[in-house]
Amino acid sequence: MPLCGTPISLIANDIKGREDSLPIFSIVGDGGESVSTLKSGTPDFSDYAVAMKGIVKKFPSVVANDNVDFFVKKGEIHALVGENGAGKSTLMKQLYGLYTPDDGEIYINGRKVHFKGPKDAIDNGIGMVHQHFMLVDNQTVAENVILGSEPRKGIFLDYNKARKEVKELSEKFGLAVDIDAKIEDIPVGMQQRVEILKILYRGAEILIFDEPTAVLTPQETEELFNVMRLLKSNGKTIIFITHKLNEVMAITENVTVMRLGKVTGNVLTKDTNPREIATMMVGREVLLRVEKEKAHPSELVLEIEDLWVNDNRGLYAVRGVSLEVRAGEIVGIAGVAGNGQTELVEAVTGLRKVEKGRIVLLGNEMTNASPLEFRESGLTHIPEDRIKRGMISQYPVYYNLILGKHSEEPFAKNGILDLNEIKQYSDKLVEHFDVRPRDINMLAGNLSGGNQQKMVVARELDETPVKPKVVVVAQPTRGLDIGAIEFIHKTIISMRDQGIGILLISMELDEIFSLSDRILVFYEGEIMGEVTPEEVTREEIGLMMAGHKKAEVLGERGDIK
Amino acid sequence: MSWIEAIFSILVNPLFYKLMLLSATPLIFASLGGVYSESTGVTNIALEGIMLMGAFVSIVFTQITGNPWIGVLAAVIIGLGFSWLHAWASIRWSANQIVSATALIIIAQGITSFLMKPFFGHEGQTDFIGKVSDLHIPFLEKIPFVGDIFGELSPFVYIALALVAVSWFLMYKTPLGLRMRAVGENPEAADTLGINVYKTRYFGVLMSGVLASLGGAFLSVGELGRFVENMIHGRGFIALAAMILGNWNPAGAMWAALLFGAAEAMNLQLQSSSIVSVSATIKPLFNMLPFVVTLIVVGGFIGKTRAPAADGVPYEKE
Amino acid sequence: MNRSKIYPLLVPTVSVLIALAVASVIIVIIGKNPITAYAVMIRGAFGGAEQLANTIVKMTPLVLTGLAVGFGFRAGVFNIGAEGQMAIGALIGSMVAINMGAVPSIITIPVVIVTGMLGGAIWASIAGFLKAFTGAHEVISTIMLNWIAANLASFMVTGPLAVGSGTPKSPEIAESAKLPIIMKVQATELSIGIIIAVIVAIIMQIILERTTMGYELKGVGFNPYAAEYGGISIKKSIILTMAISGALAGMAGIIDIMGVPPHRFVGELTGGRGFDGITIALIGRNNPIGIIFAALLIAALRTGSNAMQISAQIPDDIVIIIQGIVIFLVAAERIVASIIYWKRKRGELA
Repeated sequence: MPLCGTPISLIANDIKGREDSLPIFSIVGDGGESVSTLKSGTPDFSDYAVAMKGIVKKFPSVVANDNVDFFVKKGEIHALVGENGAGKSTLMKQLYGLYTPDDGEIYINGRKVHFKGPKDAIDNGIGMVHQHFMLVDNQTVAENVILGSEPRKGIFLDYNKARKEVKELSEKFGLAVDIDAKIEDIPVGMQQRVEILKILYRGAEILIFDEPTAVLTPQETEELFNVMRLLKSNGKTIIFITHKLNEVMAITENVTVMRLGKVTGNVLTKDTNPREIATMMVGREVLLRVEKEKAHPSELVLEIEDLWVNDNRGLYAVRGVSLEVRAGEIVGIAGVAGNGQTELVEAVTGLRKVEKGRIVLLGNEMTNASPLEFRESGLTHIPEDRIKRGMISQYPVYYNLILGKHSEEPFAKNGILDLNEIKQYSDKLVEHFDVRPRDINMLAGNLSGGNQQKMVVARELDETPVKPKVVVVAQPTRGLDIGAIEFIHKTIISMRDQGIGILLISMELDEIFSLSDRILVFYEGEIMGEVTPEEVTREEIGLMMAGHKKAEVLGERGDIK
Repeated sequence: MSWIEAIFSILVNPLFYKLMLLSATPLIFASLGGVYSESTGVTNIALEGIMLMGAFVSIVFTQITGNPWIGVLAAVIIGLGFSWLHAWASIRWSANQIVSATALIIIAQGITSFLMKPFFGHEGQTDFIGKVSDLHIPFLEKIPFVGDIFGELSPFVYIALALVAVSWFLMYKTPLGLRMRAVGENPEAADTLGINVYKTRYFGVLMSGVLASLGGAFLSVGELGRFVENMIHGRGFIALAAMILGNWNPAGAMWAALLFGAAEAMNLQLQSSSIVSVSATIKPLFNMLPFVVTLIVVGGFIGKTRAPAADGVPYEKE
Repeated sequence: MNRSKIYPLLVPTVSVLIALAVASVIIVIIGKNPITAYAVMIRGAFGGAEQLANTIVKMTPLVLTGLAVGFGFRAGVFNIGAEGQMAIGALIGSMVAINMGAVPSIITIPVVIVTGMLGGAIWASIAGFLKAFTGAHEVISTIMLNWIAANLASFMVTGPLAVGSGTPKSPEIAESAKLPIIMKVQATELSIGIIIAVIVAIIMQIILERTTMGYELKGVGFNPYAAEYGGISIKKSIILTMAISGALAGMAGIIDIMGVPPHRFVGELTGGRGFDGITIALIGRNNPIGIIFAALLIAALRTGSNAMQISAQIPDDIVIIIQGIVIFLVAAERIVASIIYWKRKRGELA
């Protein structure tokens, strides 16, 4: 079972004797090289494609970048690593001109620059491939690539020239796209290639990739890495933002680590390993595996039989899926985003219509039941988008804690709310699940992400008025920091140990690996196979996530070695 | 039977088609304006109010200068100024665009009614002040049927149709149009490519102001020659329905406006028909029809046509 | 700093002050003196017992239309159709009230009020259904319904319901349908209408803050996705919200006929009071208690501007302009908020 390359979303453990400090490694240059100065006294950064010195950026509630130094040599593939909230995105947005630094200087190829907006950055050869694609859905690939830098014929748009240029570019860099297709009609992998083409079209020499592999299978990730290698051989410089350590080891040459707004380390990739990087990211020794006992599943609690569910466009997103969940086990669904998991979750929780097939909960027929009926029958749901689905930001915490049970006793009787009862219950819950601050009157929107999620989990796990027997958990730790992730994972394990059946959906493969007792791999609405974490490697799961059936994948084992 | 006879005789009368064009003209202007604004992502339901301001201001300046074209120019300027308020509130201050627009409609109604007595001496409506003369096209006049429609027609009609063509080219064949539509769909994407979202949106809203104001000016200085309090009478909202029905496309909005114009023309012809009689009491029920049709259109076609994705959502950089 | 406590009260207050300031500029432009104008206005609204009584009479339907629009806002719906709902409620209600001659007041009054509420509720539900099932924006559909209602009213009052000559009007409602008078101040009769309105305001507050229905409707207004996840039916909520909002507007219409002479339905009955409801809801921040005060303010503006028109020859449309500016400033409340913040900052530095 490969342990290296696991990202930070795992339980961390304090080792006796280690303080929770910020170990500082070398900061300037790589491996201790010092920076020379020109005769005039100004520093000479001409070896560096990007030199950011002493960058400070503050927001009303946080110092996002606290005196950050960041240096990238020309032609280098450089990783910028840190967990959520470390400040990496903020730093790069200043490099791209979306933000301006409060203090500090930026040098591009040795020349000092002041970016007033993205256009200045683009003019300086900088391009950013965003984590959440910046594409116009109902326009074509070609239109998206040229937007803002359109070729002209007089006052008109020269669309033919645009198509030609985009085609040439895509062939040169091995980025296959369908030029005339609309963005809303092409798959995610191609959409990312459009993002890359966008910046190459504008002559980017320095490319910033912000968490590009979140939406890719391991195989697609490898394809992306090939593109990066091709770009490097064309003289481009690449900055790669990620929290996935195996990727850092696979493709990068130099690593800068950030934590809580500061740089905590800068090493050459060949001189380090994932454990060391993880420590720099988190400030304490990281245990790479969750502690849990073996599961003891008992009776069947949830059965899904040959389920077919449509997506928003009326096409099948879930195609004939069958699965079982037993009390006391965690069934994990692995898969890249957009393969039908969202629709599956919505169908199983009453938020989407089932076209064909059955859902049976604790022996009761629940196909197309309403969310209220599911809850009353013992199935609760921790939604993947807590802001959109899981809570009402403008409501206080105590209102949110009864969402979904608000018309039941003891919270309401004959349509009248019992505010005393509700507040007592809320105080207890907030204490038990460690939601901070302990202020139930606070508007939920003002809580931090981690505390919002704890609030949602508290509500869904609580036994008033009905004890849940099955909990559907989707993306439970998205956007959370290590402390919150730790807590949520521990809570999920303890739920399982109390005899609750858990259906876990996550795009983080490592979370699936560490929590699940059984793993089902989803691809284009179908299950490619069921495996246990012990019996497969990440690569094999990756193949299944890309559409290969289990038998095929495991069958090849004999050949490869 | 007589109703079918009446409708048929109306349809073969060139006057019906002329009336259709004239009824559609203010709607074409205003719905085109709506397209500009909403394509960049700012809803503008204040068209009704801007039209009213345009109608009023054009008559005022025709009175002052004696030249109706100066009145038209004044309408353009007031359209810019009045819509600038909505643009400023919506873009700079991220106001609730529906409420802001509603406020402007109320202000327009208040100002135009308020100024009637001080300016014209009495409430209700003005005397005949002056109008833009119709365009005579001599060789057209001689052609049967077509000549009766186009021979003598307000230049506003031609201006409206020309603007539709120009707008279509602008939106689909120029870089500006591509950027406008991108800003209305995904302003963040446009921003990251260096496009100024705010400037683009100001352009969209100000254009909607100019066009709506011209639509109002047509009603006063282009057709009637006088100003009547609240003379827009719901057309600003019917124009919105035309924009929706036309799928936020200049050509589509024009066709939808023509459809509404046809309905209005039919209504008018029936009321003055010699074949069927429409008593004064029933008249209000007839006049109700354009609004019922709009209601059906708005209810039936939303969802079948596609609004710009970022329509109505204020854009704020993080 | 207690900004969060004062701020909600400050923004509407400052907005009204700014609107009055702009209005005074307009008054100056037409060559009149704003100071004397406002003096006349205040005297006209509060200057004597009769003026005060008049203002309170005017306030009654405004509290209800304000509640109608405000309730809608709380549940995420912009009911700009209070005008039409008020007309339909008054129309249906008076049609019943005209024929209740033989029935005693104790039955007639509640029946007529409920009928008026039903009329308004049904009219608003049309827009509610459209929004729930087709996504049609309630602003456009309710404005169309306003025009349709106006035409319907015009038809009824020149046709089937017409009596006498002169302005089109319906017959007078039965004696038993008229609201009891609390007091008579010179020529003005003050009915129990105002008491009914205040009680309704209190009931609406209870519904919003203490019932599951209030919880659900507000939830849908804030976040329909989370509400759906929480088992709340979005479609039902939208229609229910519009229906309640319409019922309140319908009540405004029928109470006006039952409480105020000439106790008849006339074509121009609503007179823009449905739109006043928007200003009132926004100034009162959609809070039933705030709405009562805001209704008093707008009623004062209306009574006062009548006096302004008569004594100072300033057209009473000035009130409409003032309201429009207030709505604009509340919509763009950040403008006012930053003015307040800036002034406070200057105060701190100076």
